[in-house]
Amino acid sequence: MSRPLVVEALQLNKHISSSENMLTILSDLNLAVPNGERLAIVGSSGSGKSTLLGLLAGLDTPTSGKVLINGQDIGMLDEDGRAALRGKSMGFVFQSFQLLPSLTALENVMLPLQLAGRADANKLALAALARVGLEQRITHYPRQLSGGEQQRVAIARAFAPKPSILFADEPTGNLDAATGQRIIELLFSLNAELDTTLILVTHDTALAGNCQRVLRLQDGHLHDSEITTP
Amino acid sequence: MIAMAIALRQLRSHWASGEVRVLLMALILAVAATTTVGFFTERIESALVRQGSLLLGADAVLSADHALPGKYIQQAQQRGLHSTSTMEFPSMVVQGELSHLAEIKAVSAGFPLRGELTISSQVIGGGMLAKTIPLPGTVWIEPRLSSLLALKVGDEIEVGERKLRVAAILQREPSRGGDMFNIAPRLLMNAADVPSTKLIQLGSRIRYQLLVAADAKSIDSYSIWAKSQLVRGERLEDVRSARPEMKSALEKSQQFLGLSAMVSVILAMVAMFLANLPYVQRSLDSYALMRCFGASKQLITQILLLQTILLGLAGSALGCLLGLAAQAGLAKLAGKLFLETLPNPSWLPAASGLLVGFVTMLAVIWPQLLRLSDVPALRILRRDLGDLDIRSWLSYVPAFAVMAALVMWQAGNIRLGGVTLMAFLGLLLVTGLLVYVAGRVLHRLPEHNSGAWRLGLANLKRRPGMVIAQVVGFSMGLMALMLLAFVRGDLIQSWQASLPLDAPNRFIINIQPNQISGVKTFFTQTGLVSADVFPMVRGRLVAVNGQPLNAEKYLDDRARRLAEREFNLSWAAKMQADNQVLAGRWWTEQEYGKTMLSLEQGLADSLGIKLGDQLTYDIAGTRLTLAVTSLRKVQWDSMRANFFAVVPPGVLDGFPASYITSFHLPLGHDEPLNQLIKSFPNLTVIDIASLMEQVRGIMNKMTYAVEYVFGFSMLAGLAVLYAALVATREERVREATLLRVLGASRLQVTQAILAEFFCIGLLAAIVATVAASALAYYVSIHVIGISYRFNPSSAFVALSMSSLLVPAAAWLGIRGFLNLPPRQLLQSI
Repeated sequence: MSRPLVVEALQLNKHISSSENMLTILSDLNLAVPNGERLAIVGSSGSGKSTLLGLLAGLDTPTSGKVLINGQDIGMLDEDGRAALRGKSMGFVFQSFQLLPSLTALENVMLPLQLAGRADANKLALAALARVGLEQRITHYPRQLSGGEQQRVAIARAFAPKPSILFADEPTGNLDAATGQRIIELLFSLNAELDTTLILVTHDTALAGNCQRVLRLQDGHLHDSEITTP
Repeated sequence: MIAMAIALRQLRSHWASGEVRVLLMALILAVAATTTVGFFTERIESALVRQGSLLLGADAVLSADHALPGKYIQQAQQRGLHSTSTMEFPSMVVQGELSHLAEIKAVSAGFPLRGELTISSQVIGGGMLAKTIPLPGTVWIEPRLSSLLALKVGDEIEVGERKLRVAAILQREPSRGGDMFNIAPRLLMNAADVPSTKLIQLGSRIRYQLLVAADAKSIDSYSIWAKSQLVRGERLEDVRSARPEMKSALEKSQQFLGLSAMVSVILAMVAMFLANLPYVQRSLDSYALMRCFGASKQLITQILLLQTILLGLAGSALGCLLGLAAQAGLAKLAGKLFLETLPNPSWLPAASGLLVGFVTMLAVIWPQLLRLSDVPALRILRRDLGDLDIRSWLSYVPAFAVMAALVMWQAGNIRLGGVTLMAFLGLLLVTGLLVYVAGRVLHRLPEHNSGAWRLGLANLKRRPGMVIAQVVGFSMGLMALMLLAFVRGDLIQSWQASLPLDAPNRFIINIQPNQISGVKTFFTQTGLVSADVFPMVRGRLVAVNGQPLNAEKYLDDRARRLAEREFNLSWAAKMQADNQVLAGRWWTEQEYGKTMLSLEQGLADSLGIKLGDQLTYDIAGTRLTLAVTSLRKVQWDSMRANFFAVVPPGVLDGFPASYITSFHLPLGHDEPLNQLIKSFPNLTVIDIASLMEQVRGIMNKMTYAVEYVFGFSMLAGLAVLYAALVATREERVREATLLRVLGASRLQVTQAILAEFFCIGLLAAIVATVAASALAYYVSIHVIGISYRFNPSSAFVALSMSSLLVPAAAWLGIRGFLNLPPRQLLQSI
């Protein structure tokens, strides 16, 4: 039995007008991601990967076309509706970690839980930090943590609310190879534990190789990639 | 609940990073400045009014040339005012062979309502406060009368048909100010004795007075009622109308205090705005991330609102406490300065301080913060989105509206408030223009310019908005400091100059031509070298341009009184030093004897007389027509003998003249003067020494007040300067770090920072110096009414100091970071 689709993009277009001309980033792009799939979107720098991720997560609006999350057209939602949807069902891991420098590791992990109104935010955040091996660093501020540790905090933050979809934007882009490898392992094992749908944007084919399906974004269209999936 | 938790956490973390501290400090200063000035002016003003009331002996006095109708006293009693009545009239008093004109004051129980009578049993010294008024059958006399009539305590004196016993020597009387040219020595008696003296006859020149005292509100309402009832010959005086020199000093100091408070508020608002910029900038990512994690716009608005309210509450409460403490400190200081303790502060300034704090906070930072709730979640992926655009002018409208309202309120004067606001707007415009022009000029700098300097200057072009905000901040801070320093100097100097320690405190009038040499001998004996004797001819103005003068046609009370009274005409070859020709010209030697007239401007204005008008005077039955050839401004508070009307020498030769002189005689050195009076008994001495002491004391206190509030505004100015520095510190540290990573030496980085801030400091200093000088000129001349002298050396000092101090302070601010290894810095940014 085929799994239900959690993320769908239908005839998605994104144009950006500059002072001189109109730039097409995405053109009539279609995508269907079933529940629990690990999907990698690869492409060269500037190919529009992050733009696509922003559109799929409802951070941005398309020029035309639709994005459906669990069958719901997010274009029909207003800014707050999309934010609420993100809070309920999405997690994010970014290349530059995006931890709030003024909050401790624990507070950073608690933030999305609190925003979702979870009374057990503290408990869940502590558990998530323990899961990524940072139970000793909960009171540390981001500047007191190494890059790898910061990304582990970010992963704990992304998984703590148990989202159904996780968007990861070059999660190892700012890390050395060895640290990056450990982060990938952590990301994928948590993904498997929680049966989260993973949409990973990267230009790192090795990282993409860990996903079930790899699509290449080129000239505004998605193409099947030759990378073999496990 | 979540909003509160997040708001508190955000505040805590922003507190650690510094911007919130500056923001809070600015708010505390704004509130403290307004409450201190509020508390302060309220208490000082009531103390000053009370001090002024001492000169009147009451809070308000109703005077009339006829017995006052009963309604005035009945109304005063109905309203619960304290009241007492007096009668004043001149009369000869006799002791044996000797007699002299005395200014008799018959008083009733309760006199004086304000201040104290000081009496003693001897002529000099030994004064004590009187607890009552003279008992029936007794009088108290001034030392001068005691000397003139060889009277001592216990002797009898004839007053009209009554013999009264001298019970005390009157050393000090609060209400002894009055119409100084009619003052003969005082004799204070009980009103109950007046009928038996039979001095009150039909046609007697008697001044009836009703003195009232109560709280300011009751006095104001009674005054309004009484003014509506006044008929011809009746008038109402309060401290302001009774003592013009007090009024002017009080108004000037109030204006300065208002100006200081206003400047403090503007400065604090600018500081808040500047401190808020990095706060907002730093918060952008946090709120974008919250949006990304599902926070609704409403939640973010709630968080921001809670933060604003928390900050507003904390800042306002702390500011109020600081204001209260500051004025308590002042009260302690003033305790030594004022004879009596200051009245207690009311809660009004605290309430208004809280309100001011809240409203300024909301108006200045809320529109900026609100933009945070619009930050797109996509900023997480695209950093350029949602950056703070300080050029969005609409967001400044609330701040400007609140500033305008506060300025108008604090200035208490639409003109002063308007000028200050215009100056502020002008400053913004000029600064923006200057920065723009400087950017254009820098753009054209040749490429071979020193690298580091070029780098620093390039920053000016890259961030025009931020640079304008920073230059405006620096200019505002500097301008305010300079403006207050300039005006304060002028104000205090003008006070000191108007009442120097050796200002004349005695007048002698009625000197006959053959007595001038005797008077001059007296001057020589007592070392009064600079004393001068002026001629005086009494005349009544009867016609203007051939039209008979009709006092009735003047609606203004003062004009009517001026039209009715006799003038003292004088002649002089040279104009007195404290006079200034405003229109027309003074006469030359060739014009002596010509029927020219120099008139005092205020009198001319009141009577509607213009340059070139022909004025006809009746002098001892002879008519003399004079052409107004100049209008003069007279500095009345110099206490020197001055005249409304002056003619060239030779014009009044045929008319009977007496002479007048004024000089300074230290208190208690009356003996030589008494000798002079014994030689020439017709001379009348007017003693204003104690009045002068009182006025000088009040001016001294106001000087302290001005200095104190000035100190507060200085703090607000420094807060702005600091906020302007902090506004871009983080960005500069980041840039400096990147430069260091890219291989720049510390020297190069330092040079770049110094170059940028030298330009910013210089621009700010130029704008501030020009603006402060122009504003100081306007405020001094047109608002406070004192003379202004541009002081190039202090302007130069201000200019050079600020163009050196600003870069030095900027360098000090980030010097610590330059000494750190770049790797450590990279982690911290």
